[in-house]
Amino acid sequence: MSNPIDIHHLARLARLSLTPDEEHAAQKDLESIITMIDTMQAVDTSGVTPMANPLEASQRLRSDAVTETIDIDRFQATAPDTEDGYYLVPRVIE
Amino acid sequence: MISGKSVHELIAGLEKGDFSAQELTQLYLDKADSHNAILSLDHEGALHAARQADEDRAAGRAGPLTGVPIVHKDIFLTKDLITTAGSRMLENFVAPYNATVVSRLEQAGAITLGKANMDEFAMGSSNENSYFGAVTNPWDVNKVPGGSSGGSAAVVAAGLAPAATGTDTGGSIRQPAAFCGITGLKPTYGRISRYGMIAFASSLDQAGTLTKDAKDAGLLLAVMAGFDPRDSTSAERQDTWLTELPERGLAPASSLTIGLPKEYFSDFSGAHIDAVKKAIEDLGHSFVEMSLPTTDAAIPAYYVIAGAEASTNLSRYDGVRFGHRCESPVDLQDLYKRSRSEGFGAEVKRRILTGTYALSVGYYDAYYLQAQKIRRLLANDFDQAFTKVDVLLTPTTPGPAFSRGELTEDPVAMYQQDKYTVPVSLAGLPALSMPAGIQANLPVGVQLIAPAFREDTILSLAEQFQQVTDWHLKAPAFTGEVS
Repeated sequence: MSNPIDIHHLARLARLSLTPDEEHAAQKDLESIITMIDTMQAVDTSGVTPMANPLEASQRLRSDAVTETIDIDRFQATAPDTEDGYYLVPRVIE
Repeated sequence: MISGKSVHELIAGLEKGDFSAQELTQLYLDKADSHNAILSLDHEGALHAARQADEDRAAGRAGPLTGVPIVHKDIFLTKDLITTAGSRMLENFVAPYNATVVSRLEQAGAITLGKANMDEFAMGSSNENSYFGAVTNPWDVNKVPGGSSGGSAAVVAAGLAPAATGTDTGGSIRQPAAFCGITGLKPTYGRISRYGMIAFASSLDQAGTLTKDAKDAGLLLAVMAGFDPRDSTSAERQDTWLTELPERGLAPASSLTIGLPKEYFSDFSGAHIDAVKKAIEDLGHSFVEMSLPTTDAAIPAYYVIAGAEASTNLSRYDGVRFGHRCESPVDLQDLYKRSRSEGFGAEVKRRILTGTYALSVGYYDAYYLQAQKIRRLLANDFDQAFTKVDVLLTPTTPGPAFSRGELTEDPVAMYQQDKYTVPVSLAGLPALSMPAGIQANLPVGVQLIAPAFREDTILSLAEQFQQVTDWHLKAPAFTGEVS
């Protein structure tokens, strides 16, 4: 493997909390996945332009006009916790 | 027996008045699902739509699919119905609007029976990654149905609906279609709107069809395809063959040159391919052997790109606006972390971590950028090939359906199952898997690949093939007990 895997750091970046057992399993899985992925380093890609979209499409723009409005009640019906049209989360600023 | 019929046979029956849409819908709603293929049925909505379909037909207002019951993969939002993506994260998520695919099919008269099981967030090749339990293969309940659209494939193979929608990111329509002995079409990237289709890897995700034959795939494609301003990567196309397809069918394929890329046959002992070639040659087409040299780099490049896009897309599941929220979070970070850790299954976490690694500071060039360059080389391979041939033919999978549990402990071995389907996905091309033989009492498929937006070529070739062969008519026998 060309680069070390710090599973604890990756989990923190991904906002996942892993138990020690899960962390151990994830470390082992990631090592074999990244080893497999590293086989692509052998491909000579010098001078090749990266391809982000298979149709070579760029972001389409539309005119800056209101086309539809969101029904807040309908959308907030799926939220775990709301009040007066706001989404509630634990206090962030004391 | 109605439940074994194709969409076009059912339409003929509805037109003749052999049965009503209500009778048809009731029949499918009453069928027992012994494969865990269906997550939810909408009895009330389906019967209501069936009554409407019968009225429309009687009044001469029938659309191309009026009265045809179908099942949607549970990745498509269905307004006012639970849409789970096979995840605990969305166990109770009631969709606030319809996916464009769902609206278009309903406008054409199709009836939504319910939602099909799937690998969680479409990540998997065996349908063992669903929070709601694995789907079993209707041909042999000890085998996997493939994934991630394994529920959709099992639905069609078991006769629980004549057709189902699916999505394909790296093979998720074609591989389960091959494993379940049905026809699966992944159209060109951008052909069908992604609006309301829960995102996995946005530069790869494409909706498509799981049907009994190629004729049905064309009928559904003609309804599902089309420009959608709500999808930023929807393709604006004017393909006459597509608009004329429902009325006139497809022009027969004639004297096609079909390429056999050697990289797809190197580790494959498929005697059935010879029989397929013979049948296709007898139709007046010819084969040439050729090479797609970048093929072996497709799997690693795919798992970087799909992982990177998944880790980004799935960051929306934060326990705040929708989806699972953990009990009694102590602070915002705890809310994020525990909601996500409880809501996502093991494979989804693996993909997120893989993507996070590939996108990490210092690793971006070596992984994400290198994968995107390989993507270009793969697309160039196909471009080159299509200057010499009209279609490519390959096996769809390395072999027939594998056993349940066989690969669950080895993610890398599981990933290799996609080796013949992933290159097409990275290049954004259309491809179809059709039944092409039986090995060890299980169906196997071949994959036909066309240049971008030339679904007509592979659909008409498959339709011709299915007129002179009967692999697509084989149905699973009684499959016995789980051992």
